[in-house]
Amino acid sequence: MPMLRRKLLMTLVLVVTACGSGWAQAAEDGLDMHMLNRLAFGPSADSVAMLQQLGVEGWVNQQLHPETIAEPRRLTDRLAGLETQQLDPVTLLERYRPPKDGDPDARKAARKQMRMVTREAGQAHLLRALYSSRQLQEVMVDFWFNHFNIFAAKGLDALWIGDYEDKAIRPHVMGRFRDLLEATARHPAMLFYLDNWQNTAPGSPGAKGKETGLNENYARELMELHTLGVDGGYTQDDVIALARVLTGWGIVRPRQARAIGSQDGFAFDENRHDYGDKIFLGHTIHGQGAAEIEQALDILAASPATAHHISFELAQYFVADQPPPALVERLTRRWMDSKGDIRAVLKDLFASPEFRSPATVAAKFKTPFQYVVSATRAADVDVVNFRPLFGAMKRLGQPLYGCLTPDGYKNTRDAWLNPDALALRISFATALGSGHMPLDRPPPQTDDEEADQPVPPPPPEPMRQRPVPLDADRLAALLGAALSDKTRDAVNTAPPQLKAAVVLGSPDFMAH
Amino acid sequence: MPMARRRFLELAGAALGATVLPLGGRSWALAAEAPVTRRLVVVMLRGAVDGLNVVAPYGDPLYAPLRPNIGLAAPGSAEGLLDLDGHFGLHPALAAVMPLWQSRRLAFVHACGSPDPSRSHFDAQDYMESATPGVRTTADGWMNRLVGVLPAPHAPTQAISLGATRPRILGGAQPTSNLSLGPNAGKPMPVDRPAVASAFAGLYGGSDALSRAYQDGQMARQELSADMQAEQAAADNGAVNAKGFPAIAARLANLLSRDDHIQLAFADLGGWDTHVNQGAAKGQLAAHLRPLGEGLAALAQGLGPQLDGTVVLVMSEFGRTARENGNKGTDHGHGNVMWVLGGQVAGGRIHGAWPGLAPDALYQGRDLAVTTDFRRVIAAALKHHLGLGDRQIATVLPPSPPFDGALPGLFLG
Repeated sequence: MPMLRRKLLMTLVLVVTACGSGWAQAAEDGLDMHMLNRLAFGPSADSVAMLQQLGVEGWVNQQLHPETIAEPRRLTDRLAGLETQQLDPVTLLERYRPPKDGDPDARKAARKQMRMVTREAGQAHLLRALYSSRQLQEVMVDFWFNHFNIFAAKGLDALWIGDYEDKAIRPHVMGRFRDLLEATARHPAMLFYLDNWQNTAPGSPGAKGKETGLNENYARELMELHTLGVDGGYTQDDVIALARVLTGWGIVRPRQARAIGSQDGFAFDENRHDYGDKIFLGHTIHGQGAAEIEQALDILAASPATAHHISFELAQYFVADQPPPALVERLTRRWMDSKGDIRAVLKDLFASPEFRSPATVAAKFKTPFQYVVSATRAADVDVVNFRPLFGAMKRLGQPLYGCLTPDGYKNTRDAWLNPDALALRISFATALGSGHMPLDRPPPQTDDEEADQPVPPPPPEPMRQRPVPLDADRLAALLGAALSDKTRDAVNTAPPQLKAAVVLGSPDFMAH
Repeated sequence: MPMARRRFLELAGAALGATVLPLGGRSWALAAEAPVTRRLVVVMLRGAVDGLNVVAPYGDPLYAPLRPNIGLAAPGSAEGLLDLDGHFGLHPALAAVMPLWQSRRLAFVHACGSPDPSRSHFDAQDYMESATPGVRTTADGWMNRLVGVLPAPHAPTQAISLGATRPRILGGAQPTSNLSLGPNAGKPMPVDRPAVASAFAGLYGGSDALSRAYQDGQMARQELSADMQAEQAAADNGAVNAKGFPAIAARLANLLSRDDHIQLAFADLGGWDTHVNQGAAKGQLAAHLRPLGEGLAALAQGLGPQLDGTVVLVMSEFGRTARENGNKGTDHGHGNVMWVLGGQVAGGRIHGAWPGLAPDALYQGRDLAVTTDFRRVIAAALKHHLGLGDRQIATVLPPSPPFDGALPGLFLG
């Protein structure tokens, strides 16, 4: 049984046999680490200090209100330096879209630029996961981005993925679900990914070229994945009705953007819209234009099926691969009562006995993203070279923004635990822990920007210094209750250059 | 003793009393059977490939009007189909597998698919991988159950999947391995160094799930690293990108030729969900089909005479709408075409009962109907190629819901 879980159980036994404030402290140690592992991407020196200062409940409450937390300069400065991430979708389109004709070399160069934009978005994402003080916000970005997944390598999504995350997802992660739903539905990245920008009423005045007919793709996934869930009680007729409602809901042309004075990339084309009446999930939606979509989103957001579907996902992400049904029911009711207030649901979730139970502690297997980020956070290094991190995530099967299908990445142990994965994680831990992963030095200049180097080769001779392993004592102190005696023994008997590696590659660190 | 060694002996111990004979150090065969390693390779095309354009019924007068923009021209025309049997033609991007059709090593089963009506990719793939259409509660995948009925011991390399994660089809109680056959495959990693392996041996020496995964991984790496020293093909890393498939398939062929332990292999390819701008002879679908065809041809070629002992099944969770949609693409459908390559397949033929494209023959008036349950094709391979008995087949493919048993005539003899 993991050490952390045993500690919590032992402290509960203490309650029975002795009273006093000693119990509160011991339980808090275990609970501290559990909170940092689930509501953050694992402990860092800063987050541990903040939690100790505020106490667990104070820290959780603060994390639930990210707008009250100042971000560190080391993060905001770095983010400001990623130029393409400051640009809006229309500007990105105008500046980086590959020319339609023109020579193949120019198009190749333009596509390379598009990949650069995606890379900057990925760096911003990693920087926030690593260094943000609003850790719960970043954890929720991980959750919601997966829920509303977009594949960055599909065409123009390469340009828009950063704006999508930063404007459609991040501001709404703990707000009203209805607002989050709307923001993703209006974003050009989503409309492009699931083809709705081409969804056109057949025979409508604007129907021409490639845009001549109904496209069901977004309508289906909007119900199956984003809201009701696959058992949510919709039929093929509802898919068609929703597709008709969504006709014309699409992406702006740059010239048009200047005319309507909006740079967010969204435009409703009434010339391609189906103005007939629709029956959608038993409701009549009269043909009126863009307001129909608002009605449809209202219906979807308010449905108990949506409440249940997302409550299940939240319980699975935060508590257990097989979430306790009673917890899912209570969260569903809170969702309905609060009309989809994500913060209210999270509050109940984190206060629940299921979340705080010893059985929950250290019971979730980390996804590749969670593993790589938590290891890098623990290492306390200023990342300048992102390639080993991107490379590791790709090798482990979870390339950032690289999930092809809209259902997003899973977070269960069955999805990620396999023989190859452990070998790769332990190799990553060894490279990082033994000083063979120069994350804090600029990457070597190479033309192969996609180079995937989870274990980079040693630098050329004049620059070579003896690799300096991470400080194993500091790591062990940081991870505290999360490390078992067995792991501490293994660290003690390991050779000096492998001690930190053993911490980061231990079974304790594979779970959270 | 090294952890991997202990685990190996554990598995070997379980074999006592089985009718399996080790031949030499590395190959296993059923007693009193020809010592050809019988293998099954499954390739899953995730995203619902448009089967009606893979094997297109050009001889049906209804085909062309249903697909004015994405329909393929009849054989003999520019960019036309490659004629298969006078009624059906093969997508021209699949020219690489025509020799296999002509030498009768390749067959198709058309109008094949699931009895379940779901048009959700994720549900339908789930049902195809669990082989229990409509049933959500099946915990394991059919290929994992297949490992269980093959002769013991079940070394982790008996079933391999290509890619970084274990797919649903191989999930379950039996150990399986996964490997990447991309450019970094075979390169030594820190975990291969004795000092590193020894530092972690104690932490992963138990019998919990993480320990078993670690030990299986060490075993697999030791066994396969010798096999993979050779060429460094410029292949894509993940199993997702179809374009990397030819190089990966060639390396898989090499691996299978050298290592008799591996009996089951699985690969999946994505990018088939052509809702928009599918293209016809050229375009999105064609660009994905070409490397698929080249990969299968490379696999067949690399196996050489061992193709006799290897059956490759290519499947997809459902097909696409018979009529093209308003965006020169197709939407989710029902019936599809399944490919069967190698072994004693009755090749050069289109199997199954073709229902036609008439409006009243289409499923729900929009999709190619299903006249052959996909499990009948798998059952035929299990029965005639792997030599499984009825009870073993029922373990791998439970009658849940019931189906009509192995498809007759798909294999010779």
